[in-house]
Amino acid sequence: MRRTPLAAVLAAVFLLLVWNVSVRQAVLFLVGIGMGGALAGTRFGFTTGWRQLVEGRDPRGTMGQLLLLGLAATLAMPMLAAFPELHAALGPPSISLLVGAFFFGLSMQIADGCGSGTLYKAGLGVPLNMGILPLFALGSFLGSVHLNAWLSLGQIAPVSLVAEWGAAKALAATWLLLGALAFAVRRWAGSGQPWWSRSWVWGAVLLAVLASLNLIIAGQPWGVVYGFGLWGAKLAYALGWFDPAANAFWSLAGNTQRLTQSVLMDVTSITNIGILGGALWIAARAPAAAKPLSAQQWSVGLVAGFVMGYSSRLAFGCNIGALLSGISTGSLHGWIWLPMAFLGTLVGLRVRRRFQF
Amino acid sequence: MAKKNVTAVLRAIFWFALLLFLAWDWRNSSPIDLRQEPPLFAAGSGQEVSGGHCSMATGEAGK
Repeated sequence: MRRTPLAAVLAAVFLLLVWNVSVRQAVLFLVGIGMGGALAGTRFGFTTGWRQLVEGRDPRGTMGQLLLLGLAATLAMPMLAAFPELHAALGPPSISLLVGAFFFGLSMQIADGCGSGTLYKAGLGVPLNMGILPLFALGSFLGSVHLNAWLSLGQIAPVSLVAEWGAAKALAATWLLLGALAFAVRRWAGSGQPWWSRSWVWGAVLLAVLASLNLIIAGQPWGVVYGFGLWGAKLAYALGWFDPAANAFWSLAGNTQRLTQSVLMDVTSITNIGILGGALWIAARAPAAAKPLSAQQWSVGLVAGFVMGYSSRLAFGCNIGALLSGISTGSLHGWIWLPMAFLGTLVGLRVRRRFQF
Repeated sequence: MAKKNVTAVLRAIFWFALLLFLAWDWRNSSPIDLRQEPPLFAAGSGQEVSGGHCSMATGEAGK
């Protein structure tokens, strides 16, 4: 598709949202387009960055991610302290989080895309990621249905560093921890490797700004997984497969209400749709190249996509909702998610090699 | 050439399925009350945010 007609279609969707839904949702759609453009244009992938670090001792992707976390925290934490109506991404430290983050990190290496990565690669037209998306939604929905059982294994209340220490101390602690991680990354990579690459730095800066806009406009941090779980829940509900009133997660007042509303009213869904549109815009000029996969690789990849959806719900977010939004808004659960997902990635890389992805 | 065609078909199916889902959802959801439109910027609005988020467990998004 050429860019001019595509731009006309995206502009028409924006106007339709303004007219039929709300100005806020229309602007969040634009923010989503920006996110998709930034992710796809700079090929900013959490999965790739970790893989390059482990397998090639290339620190550039991981350094870009650490820069993104630092910039986003610098923008988000003072806003959370200044505006009491804004929400942080606070998930409960729990057995569910430990298990979910580990399996998310494992499966994202096999599926070759995390939450945001799957979205933007689907928008770019990579066949496996397009196939994974509906299974990700199904997994996310089933994870939400089972969430209460997982939480019953053990949890503590969410911990907000901003609420506990104030914005300045929370931000200082965040930068200190990110600095320690950068030091560890540097030690692992060795002195001969370059620290930065232009595309990763541009991606980090753009995504930090867009994530902050999401927080200012929506009142809550950027997320991906909730939207897909909602899509799966709406379909399951329509097909009579589950009763939301009998489920601990979907019987919550807000969730029940969102089941009856259009997904265009949901802030996470609208940015997800925008990300797909933004990536499609990039694909119009720079189409994605994907190597052909065998039937076995397709099967393994699709199963990994389902596991990714399920585990991200257990982990209270993927690399966006838990890692980026959790850490940048001062949630302890983001700092637990990170090492568990990295451990999972170490296993996932072996599985990936086993199936010759 | 054949691989390119298959990929193009898969892309068409993907976007068609997405549009179909959104159209079905729009048709089967409650009408939107435009008089209850949320503020453009939640920050500074003084209104409590009620959106769903990935980090939610058994309550609404955290504070």
